[in-house]
Amino acid sequence: MAERPEDLNLPNAVITRIIKEALPDGVNVSKEARRAISQAASVFVLYATSCANNFAMKAKRKTLNAGDVLAAMEEMEFERFLEPLREALEVYKKDQKGKKEVSEQKRRDKEKKADSENDKSREEEEEEEEEEEEERMEEEAENEAEEEEVEN
Amino acid sequence: MTMSQNNPDKDDQTSGSKKTISLPLSRVRLIMKSSPDVSSINQDALFLTTKATELFVQHLALSSFNNGSGKETNSLSYSDLANTAEETETFHFLTDILPKKILARDYLKSLEQVQDEEADI
Repeated sequence: MAERPEDLNLPNAVITRIIKEALPDGVNVSKEARRAISQAASVFVLYATSCANNFAMKAKRKTLNAGDVLAAMEEMEFERFLEPLREALEVYKKDQKGKKEVSEQKRRDKEKKADSENDKSREEEEEEEEEEEEERMEEEAENEAEEEEVEN
Repeated sequence: MTMSQNNPDKDDQTSGSKKTISLPLSRVRLIMKSSPDVSSINQDALFLTTKATELFVQHLALSSFNNGSGKETNSLSYSDLANTAEETETFHFLTDILPKKILARDYLKSLEQVQDEEADI
């Protein structure tokens, strides 16, 4: 699968924002410098990946895991990143867990609803539809009344 | 007349300091997969690599700025980056993509010098 060169670049807007947040206010960053940092970041990803992959292969694993990446950072002499990385990972894992629970709950709710709908007989459904229709008409009437009031 | 709220349920990826990363995971994953011998990447590993890249960008920008001549002019230029890559060990892996630049005429002059030296031999 051939990747186009642009695909291996990181989005400029995000890179620019990260640079701006890292530097003191008002520092002028040349376009050339921004582009260079973006390319450097891509190279960093490749270097880190290759390094992490070595650790995985040593452990006879085919899947790169978190430990491999942390080991790679140490190997590349970016120990300063280790602490913030570990903290960020904890927050990330909590978020993921929360999201998973939310989506599982949604799925369970959906299933419950589907089950109870199947139990209803056709007659009941028709009755419900009639009721809904009545409600809608009432609402419409109310809204019209409101609008008239506003206009007045 | 009521003002409508915009999407209070929408996953807030863009506001607040609570978000952990800005770079897109999918793009980082694409770059990682282009590395030879990499079969699969666990989700946590992808997250860490992305976060590390952000930290790296900050570190490179700030180091280059502090190290460079731009502190007086309050700017960060390409040459600040190239100099930092050469002078700082942890950034040595960048020297190929951040080469120092020289003026064309200086390069031509040095070429002439080499030719002269070879002529003397």
